[in-house]
Amino acid sequence: MRQFTILRAAIARREISLIILIGTLLALVTMRAPMFLSTDNIQRIVNDTVILIMVSLGQLLVILTGGIDLSVGSIIAFSGMSASLINQAQPAIPAALILLVGVLVGTALGMVNGAIVAFGKVPPIITTLGTMSIFRGFTFVISKGQWVTAHEMSQSYMNLPHGDFLGLTNLIWWGVLVSIVMIYFSTYTRSGREVYAIGGNATAARFVGVSERKIKFMIFTVSGFLSGLAGVMWTARYAAAVNETATGFELQTVAACVIGGVSIAGGSGTVAGVILGGLFIGIINNALPVINLSPFYQMFIQGFIVLLAMLINTLADRRQEKMLLGRRRS
Amino acid sequence: MEPMKPKEPILEIRGVNKFFPGIKALDGVHLTIRAGEVHALIGENGAGKSTLVKILTGVYFPTSGEILLDGEPTEFKDALDAQSAGIAAIHQEASMFPDLSVTENIFMGHHLIHPVTKRIDWKSMKRHTRELLKRMELDISGDTLVKNLGVAQRHMVEIAKALSLDARVVIMDEPTSALTLREVEDLYKIVRQLKREGKAIIFISHKFDEIFEICDYYTVLRDGKYIGEGRVADSSVDTIIRMMVGRSLDQMFPKSDSLFGEVVLSVHHLSQTGFFRDVSFALRKGEILGFFGLIGAGRSEVMRTIFGIDRASHGYIELKGNKVSITNPRSAMKHGIAFVPEDRQNQGIILQMSITRNITLPQIHDIAKASVLNSSLENRIAREAGEQMEIKAAGYHVDADTLSGGNQQKVVLAKWLATHPEILILDEPTKGIDVATKAAVHEFVSSMASRGLAVILVSSELPEVMGMSDRIIVMHEGRITAQIEAKDGDTDEIMKAATGHEEEAV
Amino acid sequence: MTSAKSPLMGSGRLIDENSFKERMIVLFTKWETLLALLFVLEIVVFSNITPYFLDYFNLMNASFTFMEKAVMALPMIFVIMSGDIDISIASIIALVSFAMGYAAESGVDTAGLILIGLSVGTLAGMFNGFFITKLGMPAIAVTLATQSLFRGISQAVLEDHAYTTYPESFAFFGQGYVGDSLIPFELVLFLALAVIMGFILHKTTYGRQLYAIGNSKSAARFAGIYVDRVRFINFTLNGLFCGIAAILLTSRIGSTRPNIALNWDIETITLVVLGGVSIMGGRGTVPGVTVAIFLLGYLKFGMGLLNISAKIMIITTGVLLIIAVLLPNFLDLIKAKRKLRLQQVRQN
Repeated sequence: MRQFTILRAAIARREISLIILIGTLLALVTMRAPMFLSTDNIQRIVNDTVILIMVSLGQLLVILTGGIDLSVGSIIAFSGMSASLINQAQPAIPAALILLVGVLVGTALGMVNGAIVAFGKVPPIITTLGTMSIFRGFTFVISKGQWVTAHEMSQSYMNLPHGDFLGLTNLIWWGVLVSIVMIYFSTYTRSGREVYAIGGNATAARFVGVSERKIKFMIFTVSGFLSGLAGVMWTARYAAAVNETATGFELQTVAACVIGGVSIAGGSGTVAGVILGGLFIGIINNALPVINLSPFYQMFIQGFIVLLAMLINTLADRRQEKMLLGRRRS
Repeated sequence: MEPMKPKEPILEIRGVNKFFPGIKALDGVHLTIRAGEVHALIGENGAGKSTLVKILTGVYFPTSGEILLDGEPTEFKDALDAQSAGIAAIHQEASMFPDLSVTENIFMGHHLIHPVTKRIDWKSMKRHTRELLKRMELDISGDTLVKNLGVAQRHMVEIAKALSLDARVVIMDEPTSALTLREVEDLYKIVRQLKREGKAIIFISHKFDEIFEICDYYTVLRDGKYIGEGRVADSSVDTIIRMMVGRSLDQMFPKSDSLFGEVVLSVHHLSQTGFFRDVSFALRKGEILGFFGLIGAGRSEVMRTIFGIDRASHGYIELKGNKVSITNPRSAMKHGIAFVPEDRQNQGIILQMSITRNITLPQIHDIAKASVLNSSLENRIAREAGEQMEIKAAGYHVDADTLSGGNQQKVVLAKWLATHPEILILDEPTKGIDVATKAAVHEFVSSMASRGLAVILVSSELPEVMGMSDRIIVMHEGRITAQIEAKDGDTDEIMKAATGHEEEAV
Repeated sequence: MTSAKSPLMGSGRLIDENSFKERMIVLFTKWETLLALLFVLEIVVFSNITPYFLDYFNLMNASFTFMEKAVMALPMIFVIMSGDIDISIASIIALVSFAMGYAAESGVDTAGLILIGLSVGTLAGMFNGFFITKLGMPAIAVTLATQSLFRGISQAVLEDHAYTTYPESFAFFGQGYVGDSLIPFELVLFLALAVIMGFILHKTTYGRQLYAIGNSKSAARFAGIYVDRVRFINFTLNGLFCGIAAILLTSRIGSTRPNIALNWDIETITLVVLGGVSIMGGRGTVPGVTVAIFLLGYLKFGMGLLNISAKIMIITTGVLLIIAVLLPNFLDLIKAKRKLRLQQVRQN
């Protein structure tokens, strides 16, 4: 039983330490600027972070199987651009329908990734490195290099994320919905558990009848779906669809996962961890101006934090391993 | 138990062939499995047992031949197919998910789904796990992560997994190789219970005491071919061995009497936290020192430490009386130590490199001038060592993955031979290779020893250890439990020491 | 190799390896051959479409646009060959360029700038190598972090400004020609470096160790190779060559901005993989990558002449990258099937 408690503590440790870290961070920033902890500001931070969290959850699934999806930023740009172009051309089409189209476009692009990885046996890093360029290139092609700006978008389109429901923005509700579905998927469905199985031991997974192809195809599709959703939300929220939308965003999603305690080798990581990891990045980004640090520091600080998070992961793993060895036979 | 009259077979295999590029793994194999019977599948490593298991569990698809389930021809398209047909296997190699809990490892692939909510029913899965573990008298929690379990515990979880499937045919691939005697008894209890429940068990083993203790029927394979079958009660160990190896046992080991020279290697109180403790022994020139024990007994870890792969936490090593510090394989090689590791495919050989390059790899710095490789010297060294080992290949430029397992092992031996070692450590050198090469390896090891090489032979095959060694060291759970002169060797005594029964007597 | 006529024959032998047909199959399933043929095709097609393509002066000057990436690709062969990856190289360029720009503003001369460039690059590479080999962290994760970290330093200090003052003599490295010829210094430097790196990979113990490590880290370790030391050197070399590339690039464009060489890591990896280096490690050649560099570089140039937009070029690069891995997978499948069929014919 003692062993059991220690392990539970070890599992919960990442989430708990993140919560403590986030709490400390908030406290420190609030000491400098009391306004930071106001309801409005908190809602703004969450609102700013929801898109990152949604896409990071798709990234989580891919990383759990031992892969990586570098094309999420390009999928966001392409599906966001497609949706905006439709809106620009036919403002009468209901926003909900455009949202559906944008999501379907993202899903289709995710399926392209999934097919190349699962059926073509091309490693995920190469596949998504390639499609990252391809999807970005096609974004330029469909937009003819032009932007879609605020006054070319319909009000209902821009309301997709901004609308208010029970005091929270639609975007936040979307984030809540996606998070609940992902927690349910990763805990209560066979496919969700099989994602963990493939990352943990692909051979063993095959022995118990897990279809690696099916799962890999599925996770890239899900990642595409979430990026598609994010793409529509992004363009509507910032009321602009540009060709460079979400450039470098893939790195932020991987960062959210790493900070959230997801093992980059696959097989371990939780939805809750990634949500907290995403929030952590969001708070840092929002806190910079408050503590009078120019936003130009954002990139440096992010790199620094990811490196630090991994360092802590590695050293903690080592310590745990040592402890276990010592207990096994002595 | 009284002999049962032959029932209708549940599962039948007729004339199954399986080819891989370069290898014919199965060649016209038959197997007939009946309910309520424990069927021993016997054969040496490399005889095709594992391939057959993989075909039965839907991992491989046979090149030709028939599989009949209840008399009906069937095809297992994938593992799930075989599982739903009621076939479950306990695999030899670690097929666990280290980051997941015991419960989930048991139910992966067939998670229980709640009839109403249609979601994974964790509650009943945990309850089932508790019951299974209780039935197997295992004292672990279902929430424990598998990476935190010991070797034997993991193995029992594997068995629990097969039981949870409620299969009609349970395949156990060398289930006892990592178990202590008490755990083996527990396993037998489970097997007998399954038998009473009318299940068919395929029991893969090359330990004869086990076969005679628990099995009713047997089928023998050799070199991928069906050799014969029979009732265990009507057969003797000798007949089965003859079927297994194609000749009788005493011809097997070419042991030449050799005189031992000075002590070349002595190990003092060597320990490594979590793996082995207080290991001391001496090795003399010309001697073959056997190391026997169960999987996980710590033998390989001791050898890895001597070779400088891992660090010792206590103790020291002397070579010819001088204390040395070996911090990496390069320094071990400089001291004249060579090591043929157990995991040939991953550690011994580089499959995508040519035979020549494999052989010269440990000494690339010696065949280069100012770091530039001398290819004619390289070819000569490779050829000399290779010819001594009689490697069969289309040429020395072909990649190692085109060779049979036996020839690959010859390449590994040639590679270390070429470094002119004084001490040769062999870790399971005949695992997974055909009978002919096996004999060649034995021949080679004896002749090298008689020429003054000091050899350590780690093996899990008792006949091999007893037949080859001059002296046998037995390890159990990280400690030496017996040191026995081979000529006084007694199977029972060694097995007891290896399974921890003799601990206090030593 | 004389061993091809070895008298030893046995179970390993399934196909007559010396027949003309077999040798042709081996040659034409070689990636380098396919690339070279593709390159020839490219030249033929472009020179037929536009008269400006096959022009000595144009061809020489076009090389300026891809020589820095070419230099970066060389040590990347080593890194990928041994089963690692480095996606921070473009950010190392940003860091090095920033360091040189900063130094130039404070009046450091050309020799000093070169020294700073080379050492900052090397140090950045060692920084990656330390986390990856000493602490055992995954290369993809570490270099992902340093990708932000290195460029982040430049961005934090420079913000949206740029360094534009450099000594006059500094311009030679990225803009100069060798002697009175029309051959760019960058091109000559790259070719010299390619010969050196090719020699190291194919003729020395270091190269042999790379192949061994890329195919099996543990088998290499058991054979006495200092795996982590070799990997550390690879990352260090990567840093050093990024230093060289940064000198060339900064000198050529004469300015340093935080977004310098953005996405070049991905383009460089594309070159290496397209050149036939297996992303799983253990397979690849310097000549193959060199052909891929010129193939892609002149493809861009040719398409530019035809006024095909840069977007199409981006798409083409991505498609080529995927095909470069997909096609060998496919070829391997065909080879394995053929082998199996031959074997069945023989044994039945």
